Amino acid sequence: MDMAIALILSQDGITNGAIYALLALALVLVFAVTRVIFIQQGEFVAYGALTLAMMQSGVLPATVWMLVVMGALVTVLDGGLALKAGQGRRAASVAGWNLGYPLALAAAVGGLAVNELPLAVQVLLTLAIVVPMGPMMYRLMYQPIASAPVLVLLIVSVALHIAMVGLGLLFFGAEGQRTPAFSEFSLELGPLMVSAQTLWVLMVSVLLIVALYQFFERTLYGKALRATAINRVGAQLMGISPTLAGKLTFFLAAFIGALSGVLIAPITTIYYDTGFLIGLKGFVAAIIGGLASYPLAAMGAIAVGLLESFASFWASAYKEVIVFTLIIPVLLWRSLCSHHVEEEE
Amino acid sequence: MTKQMQGGAAPSNAGAKNPVLEVKDLCVSYGKVEALTDASLTVGEGQIVTVIGPNGAGKTTMLSAIMGVLGSRGQVAFDGSVEGVPEVERMVARGMTLVPEKRELFGEMSVEDNLVLGAFQRYRMGKRDHAQTLEEVYALFPRLKERRDQHAGTMSGGERQMLAVGRALMAKPKLLMLDEPSLGLAPLIVREIFRIIGELRRRGVSILLVEQNARAALQVADYAYVLETGQIAMQGPAHELADDPRVIEAYLGLGGKHQAMLST
Repeated sequence: MDMAIALILSQDGITNGAIYALLALALVLVFAVTRVIFIQQGEFVAYGALTLAMMQSGVLPATVWMLVVMGALVTVLDGGLALKAGQGRRAASVAGWNLGYPLALAAAVGGLAVNELPLAVQVLLTLAIVVPMGPMMYRLMYQPIASAPVLVLLIVSVALHIAMVGLGLLFFGAEGQRTPAFSEFSLELGPLMVSAQTLWVLMVSVLLIVALYQFFERTLYGKALRATAINRVGAQLMGISPTLAGKLTFFLAAFIGALSGVLIAPITTIYYDTGFLIGLKGFVAAIIGGLASYPLAAMGAIAVGLLESFASFWASAYKEVIVFTLIIPVLLWRSLCSHHVEEEE
Repeated sequence: MTKQMQGGAAPSNAGAKNPVLEVKDLCVSYGKVEALTDASLTVGEGQIVTVIGPNGAGKTTMLSAIMGVLGSRGQVAFDGSVEGVPEVERMVARGMTLVPEKRELFGEMSVEDNLVLGAFQRYRMGKRDHAQTLEEVYALFPRLKERRDQHAGTMSGGERQMLAVGRALMAKPKLLMLDEPSLGLAPLIVREIFRIIGELRRRGVSILLVEQNARAALQVADYAYVLETGQIAMQGPAHELADDPRVIEAYLGLGGKHQAMLST
């Protein structure tokens, strides 16, 4: 291996690592606030990428119908409850957001020639379709069992993951998709060709991490999510409902997932089931952070990305094995020194 | 001590004008064990009402049920309208706050963040006056202002209790419920806490106070209930209960002098 190859591998590793970092942050956030292990994070990545790909090939993405169905179910449940309590205005607002919005979106995407729209609009429409599924999923699947043990929540996540992969095959077919790059130019740094997409990934990741940091440090809603993660009972006594916190968290996680998918769609070919492996690598990074520390998870994600890319050079058949084996020493080390964490109160 | 004080016509907190909180026949069970049986109590506007009783009598259970943290049967009327089964966020939104026995602070967040979160429900309802409320709370607890950037988890027991009370006040409550505010605190701090409880009443906050420090509680309160094994065993104006021989024997005792010193 010479310097040039090492640089190329590092570039790949850091690009993928940035995506894993985003996913790991979302996983840590979801677990801290709701105790849900968000296995289906990867499916949001795939849905984001493939919804965009379908729009670009001029087909109405079937995900929009999934959004309509989920919204209808939420409308029936929440609207019904509101009506029973005699809150007509609340019922109307529930129906507007969960039924009116998806239908309007379906009409817009179906009516426009989406493949001729500028890329930025296509990306926005993709996010508009995929992201609301996050909070709806929380409402339908997790809210009724919010206080169940972690293991039960995990099993629900596994079930949702399997369901979403199956639906993905139905929606997008078995063919892999790759979208064109956001922009064509590339940067020459000595022996290294840095593609525009790499810069996009790094730039958006850094921006998103900074924005999330600002959200959690500066806004009251961000602080409320942190408070829920630190002390659920205390947060509830302040009127921060676990439902609100859960929906907000799933919104952020779905946003991060779908945006990651849009970002990597020009770099990798995405199949309906690719998301799982990507999400799992984010999960390895999140575990390195103990499902609690954001900086450690982000650093772990870069390490996972680098390890993956160098492993694919030296032992490409074993690259996944090598990455996932990393979790064993991490878990050993974590379990050996975990009592430090338990001591606090 | 188990004899009921009242005969047929039950005395009630009749001095309470405009009751803020009226609890009727509240029952809570943990599985088959009934922890609270037919408890009724009233808190009037601007009143301090205390519930005293031994460990395990159901005091904390009662507060949790009124707040909606625990499921219950019975009737809770708050601020003029009846709640079937109270629900926490709704009760917070309507102006009830609970300072729980364990404080439940956000340990890894700063003192100021803890306080600001106390106003979350008001903020959500569009009342964004927390900057001003924060100054009022700082005026009441200058110590918290000094430590505004410190993590809540690193503070002493007394400071944490002040923070818990301050955080509850950020919601501008109509009714403040305090669960054992003096528990585990040094004597000087206990005195400070009770001084603040008195000060809050002067500002028109109604208070429901659960205490094991019966002497201090009876001294600051207007009306008192004695809770034993899940039932209201006695009730009456606080100064009368303080002189009742059965209360003196069971809760104030001869060795209670040190409590008296703490509370003045």
